[in-house]
Amino acid sequence: MAQQAHDASVSDWAGGRSPFAVGSKKLGMWLFILSDTLTFTALLVAYTYVRVANEGWPRPFEPSSIALASVMTFCLLSSSLTMVLAVAAAHRGDRATAAKWIWATIAGGLAFIVLHGYEWMQLIEHGVTPFGNPWGVPLFGATFFTLTGLHMTHVTAGVIYLAIVAQGFRGGRFDSEDVEVSGLYWHFVDLVWMFIFPLVYLLSNVI
Amino acid sequence: MSDEHSHNRLYLTVWVVLLVVTVVEVVLAYVNLSIMLMLSTLVILSVFKAALIVAYFMHLRFEKFSLFLSLIPMLLICVILMFAFPLPDGARVLELKP
Repeated sequence: MAQQAHDASVSDWAGGRSPFAVGSKKLGMWLFILSDTLTFTALLVAYTYVRVANEGWPRPFEPSSIALASVMTFCLLSSSLTMVLAVAAAHRGDRATAAKWIWATIAGGLAFIVLHGYEWMQLIEHGVTPFGNPWGVPLFGATFFTLTGLHMTHVTAGVIYLAIVAQGFRGGRFDSEDVEVSGLYWHFVDLVWMFIFPLVYLLSNVI
Repeated sequence: MSDEHSHNRLYLTVWVVLLVVTVVEVVLAYVNLSIMLMLSTLVILSVFKAALIVAYFMHLRFEKFSLFLSLIPMLLICVILMFAFPLPDGARVLELKP
């Protein structure tokens, strides 16, 4: 077996080996992220399509909500940083530090949820709901709330997921690969926002 | 230990770059640019940010190249296809309206 591993003529793909050299949990999370990327792309395409095809597209985002969205971006980016630090600590075997960094990540996620929820409430107060708005373009609410709503669902699920991983890793029930896999998910949630923020919020300043 | 320190410094650098690019994006939103120029700049900057996150935070740069090849190229093709066909059609629908 050891001899075979050094034999260059045996391909990685001949079977009996892991050609990607990652654990099955990590590969599974990557495949989930792949399919989830396509889901979010479909929603972003839908939003952009109806936006291009409709005159008088609502622009309910005032400078204050652009500023708020920038702060939300900062929260998510910083929570990604604390998450990589958590993964690094987990690989070192430092369970207490890793759990601490994961809780910092959760704090960033919670801040995002609170700020985004506040922004939604303000929009709803101004009559912008999923089914209608003062500009008479109900497609805005439908696509905007579906897109950001699915993203919020992912953030909320991520916060719960991370809390479970933090507790389980501290208690020794999970290993460092579980922390890394949860980190992949969290970075993905951050990554999706990196596209929603410019395409939905920033562009509404010009077009 | 020094290896770990250099890794943490790498993560911090990536985070700072991501923040700077975000600030540039926000500033762009307040500068008077033509719509197409602004749209393409924002998309390029966002793809750059996404690449940084995937490469360093999600560690794909340090995985085997075969994993990258299996995950990313076909995903990019799918995403580009999904944008390339509907968007010109959206503009056409707008022109068809009386």
